[in-house]
Amino acid sequence: MTTTDERELTAAASQLSTAPVDDSPQSPLPQGGSFGRELVAWARWFWRQLTSMRVALILLFLLSLGAIPGSLIPQNSVDEIAVTQFRERHGTLAPLYDKLQLFDVYSSVWFSAIYILLFVSLAGCIIPRSWQFVGQLRARPPRAPRNLTRLPAYTTWETGADAAEVREAAERIFRRRRFRFAAAPDGDEGAISAEKGYLREAGNLLFHIALFVLLVAFAAGNLFRVEGGKLIVEGDGFANTLTQYDDFQDSTFGADLDSFGFTLNDFTATFEKDGPQRGTAREFYADLTWWKGAAGEQHKSRVEVNHPLQIDDTKIFLIGHGYAPVVTVRDGQGDVAFKGPVAFLPQDGNHTSTGAIKVPAYRDENGKKTQIAFQGFFTPTFGGYSKEGMVSQFPGPEYPALFLNAYRGDLGLNAGVPQNVYQLDTERLTQFKDKKGEPLKKALRPGDTFTLPNGAGSLKFERLERWASFQVSQQPGNYWALGGSIFAIVGLAGSLFIQRRRVWLRTSAGADGRTVVEMAGLGRSESARLPEELADLAVALQTDGPPAVADDADSDTDAGGADTDADDADTGGADRSGDKSGAAGGGSAAARTKSVESEAAEAPKAAAGTEATSAESESDEPDEPEGPEAKPDEGARA
Amino acid sequence: MNIAAATDQNLADISNVLIYSAMAVYALAFFAHVGEWVFGSRSRVATTAAALTPRQATGADAPAVSVTVKKRGGGTAVLERPKVVTRAASGSADVPDGPGAAGGDEQGDMYGRIAVSLTVLAFALHAAGVLTRALSVQRAPWGNMYEFSTTFSMVAVAAYLGFLAARKNIRWMGLPLVTTVLLDLGLAVSVLYTDSDQLVPALDSYWLWIHVSLAIACGALFYLGAVSTILYLFRDRYEAKLADPKGQQPGSFAHSVLSRLPAASSLDKFAYRVNAAVFPFWTFTIVAGAIWAESAWGRYWGWDPKEVWSFITWVAYACYLHARATAGWKGRKAAYLAIVAFLCFLFNYYGVNMFVDGLHSYSGV
Ligand code: HEM
Repeated sequence: MTTTDERELTAAASQLSTAPVDDSPQSPLPQGGSFGRELVAWARWFWRQLTSMRVALILLFLLSLGAIPGSLIPQNSVDEIAVTQFRERHGTLAPLYDKLQLFDVYSSVWFSAIYILLFVSLAGCIIPRSWQFVGQLRARPPRAPRNLTRLPAYTTWETGADAAEVREAAERIFRRRRFRFAAAPDGDEGAISAEKGYLREAGNLLFHIALFVLLVAFAAGNLFRVEGGKLIVEGDGFANTLTQYDDFQDSTFGADLDSFGFTLNDFTATFEKDGPQRGTAREFYADLTWWKGAAGEQHKSRVEVNHPLQIDDTKIFLIGHGYAPVVTVRDGQGDVAFKGPVAFLPQDGNHTSTGAIKVPAYRDENGKKTQIAFQGFFTPTFGGYSKEGMVSQFPGPEYPALFLNAYRGDLGLNAGVPQNVYQLDTERLTQFKDKKGEPLKKALRPGDTFTLPNGAGSLKFERLERWASFQVSQQPGNYWALGGSIFAIVGLAGSLFIQRRRVWLRTSAGADGRTVVEMAGLGRSESARLPEELADLAVALQTDGPPAVADDADSDTDAGGADTDADDADTGGADRSGDKSGAAGGGSAAARTKSVESEAAEAPKAAAGTEATSAESESDEPDEPEGPEAKPDEGARA
Repeated sequence: MNIAAATDQNLADISNVLIYSAMAVYALAFFAHVGEWVFGSRSRVATTAAALTPRQATGADAPAVSVTVKKRGGGTAVLERPKVVTRAASGSADVPDGPGAAGGDEQGDMYGRIAVSLTVLAFALHAAGVLTRALSVQRAPWGNMYEFSTTFSMVAVAAYLGFLAARKNIRWMGLPLVTTVLLDLGLAVSVLYTDSDQLVPALDSYWLWIHVSLAIACGALFYLGAVSTILYLFRDRYEAKLADPKGQQPGSFAHSVLSRLPAASSLDKFAYRVNAAVFPFWTFTIVAGAIWAESAWGRYWGWDPKEVWSFITWVAYACYLHARATAGWKGRKAAYLAIVAFLCFLFNYYGVNMFVDGLHSYSGV
């Protein structure tokens, strides 16, 4: 191929995409000049590198590498308890991990650096590409290379029709098939350039822009997210104010909570009773009554896993449940010192739970003010003892039992240090002992009473209630993220399924006054659909244009064609080798060797209204075709 | 919501029998494919076709193609189509495809056809097995790893048969595919087996149908792409060796096998088409998962290990697509990226379910 050819081909393919022209990795480093000029040169060099496809590729790769440790090492943002356990087990490793922010990978400096660089690169890539694309939409397809036979797909024929007539027909066809075209581009008389598939580029740009929107929405969502947890025993209520939460994660910029409240009327959970998945939750829902404002109209709703309750911008999710034994504690005077449900927290899948009952207002047997507390386990289905205490066999309340120790002294509630309500701080407490000096303990079934020695009071296990825990979250930007992802998918489909391609047509005078028509096609990537389409265009031009083709072929040949196809599939072998091995394929060779021109004269406009079936795919076809007959040369081996 | 529907043990047993029968028939298909390759190896066509002279892109041997034209009256006619000369894009070798496993050998071809028929039969049993499993629990059969795995290989075979039915040149995929389907099913019925049972409530959502079925289908298609990519790497090296007569030449076994595969460029193109076509669906799978997570856990993205690995897989495939559009990364390097991307998918599929703790631990193992 001559260098002129090469240059012309490059020109013909120019601007088929808006992809940046790749800087070679050794693109010259700036050097010399005054300090200021050198600085500018460096900045420009750096920017060019950052926005090159190569660096975008490397950054993408780093992003996926960087995401890996976060999936293997416990993350603070996902499971703080797991992180604490990890720290205990790996004393030497943990500080190192801390330094590398490996417990907070996704908010770490290095991970942020990767994706911020990537998105700067993305922005630096989108903007010039968009401009370029707008320019391409305004411009006309470039002129045809002088030598059309050099292009990936090429066809030619002679016709008796006038060259101008052929070009007119071609323009009609291009218009009908929604090609953008230019007659006599750049003064190239006798030629037409046409182009189609701009939606590919539009899709690609849409995809990258949508990614940007998605990132911004994600970042905003994380910055402005407000989330709190609340454990509620059946019958209790909740109002959406900060003080009511058990735990609360404020947004970076302070919370503005929606105003509402609800009560938990009833919680239902049922469990698989047998089989290998015994104990797996089957039904799991909470019935709520809720209202807006301080005391708005009351509504009833059911909250289930996968079905949160939405009130204004806030969603209420059911995330956990457990048991709350209702106890009555009497003090040394026989007065009721405490009465109500106490939530115990499940420790395993069968709801072996732990908890503490704290009674700050208590008078001992002598009438002295002090405090008492109970600590222990609850099992919905008692299944024996283990080293740590009792264990439950099943998460449903088949055989509930409460197992308690008792303490007296100072609960430490006034120390001003926030306390875990589910645990006892036993530092200033003394344990009740039995006669042998062993710690006093008792297992209780509902209705049982734990009587403390020396008239110190009693605890009665009245009955069982359930509690449910809710996550209340308010996160803006969800709809932006959703919109971004939808547009990303749409753009992606356009970008990957549409092929952008160019077709050129040139007419010239041949021997004995006939017109030579040449057509050639070029796509951004090598595609089998391209020669297909070129052939379709040529057929359309022959049938629709002045050099019409006879339609005298009979159904025999048709069948012959089908035969060949079937044969193709059967051998399952390569298309091209078929002609080499000379497989005994269809017998329709004779029917297909008729020359186009010989019949052109006979049926002037007879076929004018016909459409090639395979040419019906008017719209933009997938870039990479699915069609099996895509290779134009495949039927030809016979 | 009645998820406590009783498990129909009878149907579940039938499902197991069907899966075992499918495995038996796949095993027969495997042997038939082996027969195809063995008989194909004595074929002379195979060896002659391997004289990989690049096709001459001249008008002389350019074929004419017939085209069917609809007439206004409703009949059809065959028109001669103009000859279209094609040439490979500058720079890529224009090597013809190999003749296929049977190598033009008649007996080999017969074995190949038998293998395909057996695969169709095995697939019918396989699909019936998955269906009865679903009926036995009256839900989507995607509640645990056993069910994922059986569905996964079912979709892979369906896609393969679909390509065959669409007359794609894909029978070369038969042997590797049937082999891995057998492995996958073997693993499913032994290590991963879980009795037919109800879903945990978190999985009970119509997003299960959308998200999980798409994930399985994407995986199965990515798998076809990965097989093609691996074969591309072998075939590409083989073609490079042939193109350099002075260098080391391929061994006779490699020659016999590789000469019958499609050209490296065809394998590469097939892999690209599959991966590129699946990528938007994979993107949608992740988005659907995020929507589901939003309604189940209150956040659409929480860096749960499964989410992280879907993301990694997505980025790895994006890398692959970018690499193909980046000078200096086309060809083998891009192919390696495609394989890495598929390994990420596999790890997400098996590794994360079994070895990493997270909200998605439904493996049932
Ligand atoms: C957030 C990370 C990114 C993702 C997930 C992504 C994804 C994709 C995908 C899937 C394609 C389609 C490939 C194809 O047409 O075969 C594509 C194309 C493209 N991307 Fe990105 N991209 C990202 C970032 C970037 C950046 C930072 C740049 C800027 C340098 C960039 C530039 C391009 C270009 C120019 C194309 C078109 C290539 C072509 O026409 O073949 N991308 N991108």
